[in-house]
Amino acid sequence: MSFDKIRQKLSILADAAKYDVSCSSSGGKRSNNKKGLGNNTGFGICHSYTEDGRCVSLLKILLTNHCIYDCAYCVTRKSNDIKRAAFKIQEVVDLTIHFYRRNYIEGLFLSSGIFKNSDFTMERLVSVAKKLRLEENFNGYIHLKSIPGASDELMREAGLYADRLSVNIEIPTKSGLKLLAPDKKHEDFIKPMEKVKNEILQYKAERKIIKSTPRYAPAGQSTQMIVGASGESDRDIMYSATYYYKKFNMRRVYYSGYIPVINDNRLPSLGTEVPVLRENRLYQTDWLLRFYGFSVSEILNDTHKNLDLDIDPKLSWALRNLHLFPIDINKADKQMLARIPGIGMQSVFKILEARKFRNLDWTHLKAIGIAMNRAQYFITCNSKDFYKQDLSSYDLKNKILKSSKSKYDKYFNSQLSLFS
Amino acid sequence: MNPQTILIYDGSFDGFLSCVFFVYHHKITNPIIRKESEANNQLFTITEDIITDKNNALRVWKGLLLKTSRHQQQDFFKAFLSEIKGVENTLLSYIQNIFTKETSTGIDFSNKDILKISQVAKMVGREKHRMEAFVRFQLTKDAIYTATVEPDFNVLPLIIPHFKDRYADQKWIIYDIKRNYGIYYNLKTIETIAIDSFSKTKFKISSDLLLPEEKDFQKLWSTYFNSVTIKSRKNNKLHKQHLPKRYWKYLIEKTQ
Ligand code: SF4
Repeated sequence: MSFDKIRQKLSILADAAKYDVSCSSSGGKRSNNKKGLGNNTGFGICHSYTEDGRCVSLLKILLTNHCIYDCAYCVTRKSNDIKRAAFKIQEVVDLTIHFYRRNYIEGLFLSSGIFKNSDFTMERLVSVAKKLRLEENFNGYIHLKSIPGASDELMREAGLYADRLSVNIEIPTKSGLKLLAPDKKHEDFIKPMEKVKNEILQYKAERKIIKSTPRYAPAGQSTQMIVGASGESDRDIMYSATYYYKKFNMRRVYYSGYIPVINDNRLPSLGTEVPVLRENRLYQTDWLLRFYGFSVSEILNDTHKNLDLDIDPKLSWALRNLHLFPIDINKADKQMLARIPGIGMQSVFKILEARKFRNLDWTHLKAIGIAMNRAQYFITCNSKDFYKQDLSSYDLKNKILKSSKSKYDKYFNSQLSLFS
Repeated sequence: MNPQTILIYDGSFDGFLSCVFFVYHHKITNPIIRKESEANNQLFTITEDIITDKNNALRVWKGLLLKTSRHQQQDFFKAFLSEIKGVENTLLSYIQNIFTKETSTGIDFSNKDILKISQVAKMVGREKHRMEAFVRFQLTKDAIYTATVEPDFNVLPLIIPHFKDRYADQKWIIYDIKRNYGIYYNLKTIETIAIDSFSKTKFKISSDLLLPEEKDFQKLWSTYFNSVTIKSRKNNKLHKQHLPKRYWKYLIEKTQ
């Protein structure tokens, strides 16, 4: 192959794909039992890290950045004056194999601009995966993007070769979508998701009866939303996320702080800072919903539409519900323990184990590794001392903030000085 | 004062287990177990050179299998591979502790040897994962995917299953420059090899041994790596935390 040409394409089509934040390569279930190439059974490996600190696990590229659509938030949109390129199917297959054999990657994450129409595009993505599996005997990880509007037949085939499928919602609200991607229809996103969900359910049911049922997208499906492009609230985002988790059995929803790529009066202007901290708070919320037993309306609702930036969402919830505290560490049930600020799920398990043997006091709790600077005000334990004071939530918050140094402090210094 | 006995062995795991066998067989109290490569400058000692004996080693290992869980056995082996000075004696005292107990359930987790071993095993485990991530193969003219590494601990034995399973249809070598040995997969089994042309200063695979297009693939990989960074989110501290500098010289994307 002509390396120079490939290199040019690669730099264009990797650059255009980097805004997709998902890098997960875990959850697959393909072992290498026929002495072929590769496996993906456990957790994915990060083979490198970008200079912005993100995991490099997959060869993440677009098949092409030609696109018939004009979504305002996207570098690839048709009206943007950029260099265009397109890989041939075989080129992507070769690149994946050569990189994989050198232990650079866990597999391929292939997305694409939409050229001609949805099915024409999806068909090409599917044939890359198919070639890798059938011709190259490749068992590494494959993540394919489901192209909005793709037909059921193609989505069915896609799942036979891919480990994960995803459609990016990108814009969490329908009104935002209308504004920023006027020629895209909400239903077009839903259709492939619905199909993938049903196929996975069907596969699971059939598998119980017939062991040899061909596997379907073992790592499930995921989606991504852009944060801070269309003036949506955190409430809008998390309510959408909850909807997609429930309705389509999403394995993951990703949140991606909007990176200004063009001057467009519908969008934040170029040079606007990426909302990294907000993104982080959304991930924390996502975590609380999935693993800590919170329901979304407890954290975000009509009176509380946006997450606090200066404190994490659990602490924020606790400060709004001081009447539920203090909690007795030696008596409270698992659910309640998980709601204490500064106590993570791992500590919850350790507390439950340890208190079978003895009543826990402050030294035990420190040894277990809970974040005392936050937790101490919300709990009692086997000790006469306790730190809960009759402080208003405002005073308590300030007290806690003073005692903790956040890695995000730099984002606040400038803001605080505005008010002093 | 009784002179202390120093047992000297060849540095292999079997060699170490042979020392343990010797300790039991000759009822030696408070010995020091040391690799022959470590300097000795102690006075008033008796030195015994222990010859590695596979059968004796196996007898000790079998005894250990009966008394420990799989996880403990793995930790034991990992701790040995750390090559931390004196780890042999921690492991010996751990064995002695276990062999005096009747059942395998009564292990005391406040025991300092056990704590130490599990901590060291964790460090070694982390290095194993790093090697699984940071090995970069280069294709040689004789069609072997070859990589050189310099791990903090002696982790090659631990990464064999991973690479053997993943790259079952290609020949490969992973060579530890620091310890001057490598593992070679010949499409069937793993062999241990030594290659004289490598040394601490000559850790790179000479380019006339490589396939001509190897450099092109490396360039492609660097191109890819450079294209995926989002400049407006650059965070060097995080970058170095995940990708410590001491590994850079073996990472194609950080050297080109
Ligand atoms: S369809 Fe996809 S690639 Fe095309 S402009 Fe919209 S978001 Fe970008």
